[in-house]
Amino acid sequence: MEFKDLKLKDLVQGIKEKQFTSESLVKYCIEQAEKYEHLNAIIEIFDDVLLKAKEIDKKVERGEKLGKLAGIPVAIKDNILYKGKRAGCASKFMQDFVSPYNATLVKKLLDEDAIIFARTNMDEFAMGGSCENSCYGVCKNAIDSDCVAGGSSGGSAVCVSAGICPVAIGTDTGGSIRQPSSFNGVVGIKPTYGTVSRYGIVAFASSTDQASPITKTVEDNKYMLEIIAGKDSLDATSIESDFGASKIKDKYVIGICKQLKEGIEKLEQYSKFKEAIDILEKAGHKIVEVDIEHIKNSLACYYIISPAEATSNLARFDGVKYTTRSKDAKTLEELYIKSRSEGFGKEVQRRIILGNYVLSSGYFDAYYKKAKRVQELLKKEFERAFEKCDVIITPTTAGEAFEIGGKISDPVSMYLEDLFTVPASLAGIPAISVPYSLGKKDLPLGLQFMSAEKTEAVLYDLADKFLKLTKGGK
Amino acid sequence: MQYDVVIGLEIHAELATKTKVFCSCKNEFGAQPNANTCPVCTGMPGALPVINKRAVELCIKAGLCFDCKISSYAVMERKNYFYPDLSKAYQISQMVHPLCVGGKIELSSGKTIRLNRIHLEEDAGKLTHISKSVGSLVDYNRGGTPLIEIVTEPDFCSSEEVDEFLKRVREALVFAGIAECKMQEGGMRCDVNLSLKPKGSKTFGTRTEMKNLNSFKSVSRAIEYEIKRQTAVLNDGDKVIQETRKWDDAKGKNLSMRTKEEAQDYRYFPDPDILPITIREEDIVRIKQEMPMLPKERRKLYEEQYLLSAQDSKQLTTNKYISDYFETCVKLYNVPKKISNWILTDLLRLVKDQEEYVFPISEESLVEIIKIVEDKKITKVIGLELLDKVITCKQSPLKLAKELNLLTIITDEQIEQILLQFKEENPKAVEQVKTDPKVISFIIGYVMKHTQGKANGAVVKELVGKMFVNK
Repeated sequence: MEFKDLKLKDLVQGIKEKQFTSESLVKYCIEQAEKYEHLNAIIEIFDDVLLKAKEIDKKVERGEKLGKLAGIPVAIKDNILYKGKRAGCASKFMQDFVSPYNATLVKKLLDEDAIIFARTNMDEFAMGGSCENSCYGVCKNAIDSDCVAGGSSGGSAVCVSAGICPVAIGTDTGGSIRQPSSFNGVVGIKPTYGTVSRYGIVAFASSTDQASPITKTVEDNKYMLEIIAGKDSLDATSIESDFGASKIKDKYVIGICKQLKEGIEKLEQYSKFKEAIDILEKAGHKIVEVDIEHIKNSLACYYIISPAEATSNLARFDGVKYTTRSKDAKTLEELYIKSRSEGFGKEVQRRIILGNYVLSSGYFDAYYKKAKRVQELLKKEFERAFEKCDVIITPTTAGEAFEIGGKISDPVSMYLEDLFTVPASLAGIPAISVPYSLGKKDLPLGLQFMSAEKTEAVLYDLADKFLKLTKGGK
Repeated sequence: MQYDVVIGLEIHAELATKTKVFCSCKNEFGAQPNANTCPVCTGMPGALPVINKRAVELCIKAGLCFDCKISSYAVMERKNYFYPDLSKAYQISQMVHPLCVGGKIELSSGKTIRLNRIHLEEDAGKLTHISKSVGSLVDYNRGGTPLIEIVTEPDFCSSEEVDEFLKRVREALVFAGIAECKMQEGGMRCDVNLSLKPKGSKTFGTRTEMKNLNSFKSVSRAIEYEIKRQTAVLNDGDKVIQETRKWDDAKGKNLSMRTKEEAQDYRYFPDPDILPITIREEDIVRIKQEMPMLPKERRKLYEEQYLLSAQDSKQLTTNKYISDYFETCVKLYNVPKKISNWILTDLLRLVKDQEEYVFPISEESLVEIIKIVEDKKITKVIGLELLDKVITCKQSPLKLAKELNLLTIITDEQIEQILLQFKEENPKAVEQVKTDPKVISFIIGYVMKHTQGKANGAVVKELVGKMFVNK
């Protein structure tokens, strides 16, 4: 049985109708994982997956009621807690951490009879855009292993793209799902802030962190998001959403941000982007220009707000409790300093220092407070823009996946990778990346659609329409 | 040189909620180490705080007790610092937008102490230092329990003022059911900021902050000590250093903990995990309605409605238990003055533990005894005997009185008979009673002797008057 091209829904159907067993599907995924081991997308396949698959198969045999993901292997990023299993955020510091409880989204997956298959590689503590900052080594691009997977959810995107697992969960704080999805030619969404509970996901920047699915198709993505979404009593910032199903239209008004236009025109992929716009316009959608004045400040704001929150969120990794403790610390202060210096990687340390700087007394108003004010303005400007259009379109990334090692020594150019993805994160609005073309190196390019909060249905609908027009961007 | 003393306080009180402030773990004192913990209060990766509405309401209640302005918009912030008893390495507290702003408490002298704010925050866990080889152990049971911090303006100028203020704060918090304020369990803690300035000067001197003050007594002692210490420093021509000093109650002195240079930058910022709190006018109205009467109001009621003396009213309101007990009794039997006497003279003497007031008899039973006495079925003396019996036997007073044959069956006629007998035996005394009222007690004693104390003294008095005096 060739599982690779099967859609999630077909797999669910197949298991239910006993065309094949969950065990055979999981076995196939394990074989695939072995075949693509060199990509380093997976940190660990959980030891009980075959056992769990057999349990589901028995359930099928007995004709019991089955969940929406009965027998489907789902890979999760290494920052998501699954009770009794390791979760380490690809950090040396957390290598021995065993989750004492289930993340809400994991619980939801298990409630639907999913098999939590593996934990995927990532940039340490979700900080990075290449999946090179991992204590388990670089995760490589699924299409060209000389190139980066993108990040921080690189492992999850590669897992799906290479066909190791039909679906993977990633997290997106400033583009960490959309950018690797774009680099690996798969579909990734960052839903409205609060759509998926953050409970049990190791926090990076609390005010923009969102978990969501990475899949091969738009339809699968929607199916998965509906399962893991929902208001959670354990996460005060979580929300209930109907994804704006009533806002689905035949023809949409698509906005192009005036302030990004010039930058996009300079991109190597501009002709491809223009082509995509033409296709949409020809199909009857209306293209308009919208103003989002502060979009040009989003990257600066993001690199103030997210390190500030991260500094505080990561302070609990202090060598006292669940993290590795430095062996030669003699005083409490030494224990903190040595454990954290030995445990955290370079990029994480860089952001902790940055965050402490912008929060420190004397600088707080100039940086953090100002950035939060700009964030508020940005939100309002997006709201106003969505009075004029349904969706705003940009490329997901500046270009296709770059070579491994290409940007790792230049943090600022790495931060620029987030240019198109960060605005939606700061504004809390949903954004989806779908493959739309190939770049010069024949590597995938992603197209990003953003829409007003709680209107993921619109994004899925338009993305689906677009992919049908372009036959999946190939 | 003469100095003016300037003191401000920061008071922490543990809120009397069932559960902790950001998770559903029990908020209780004295459990096995780490028994009341979960991923949230141990700061596990991925765990998130969800605010306990009850804690917010209790903080607002505290604000209402002390005439604070209740904010319509409040924000929980993170106070970042490292210490092993702080599981997340930040404490969730309030900085820029506290729940309650301003406020005041008037002292008996008429002086007003202004409050700066009352805010809500979480407590830290507890470290126990075992030994160098074993190290230190941490217990997170207290971690994440709700606290309010009451910050005053620097309005105090003596330890007496501070002492009265602290007692007033405790009284109000306990009465309103906000906090139990058990000092010995750390349920109420106080930090003292103190500085001296030349008498009459407008400029404040350099202040020190004193910590580890675990009883009202140690607060007073520490203040006296610090005034002396700073006076000596200034008189020697030296400068007071801005620092935190730790009080050692056993040694009766304080020692420097850290100076201003060593002070931490807490890098406060709004906690992104907790949405800002909006408080509507109707919330405040509802919380106000839930507020029980505070001691000040109760005293007013006792004096004006129940016609009790100021002294008795004060005594009845020293403690919420006594005050509630008294009010329940009055509701059952509307003789406030009598009930007050029974409580203050006859019940209080039975209470041994001055910290934990519990009367050994229910309100219903006490009222029943008072009723029997007031109905003249027994004398007060027998009433007290009955009280003791009820406490030991735990039976209903009326039933017990009947069983023990305590109920007065002495009729007026019987007393008249005894009085006639008395007259025969003591004709001289009968003559004397007309001019010397003191003799009456001798006559009452005679009647009591012949009735085993069951005669009603007042009735005897009345009959003596009728038979011997006004004949």
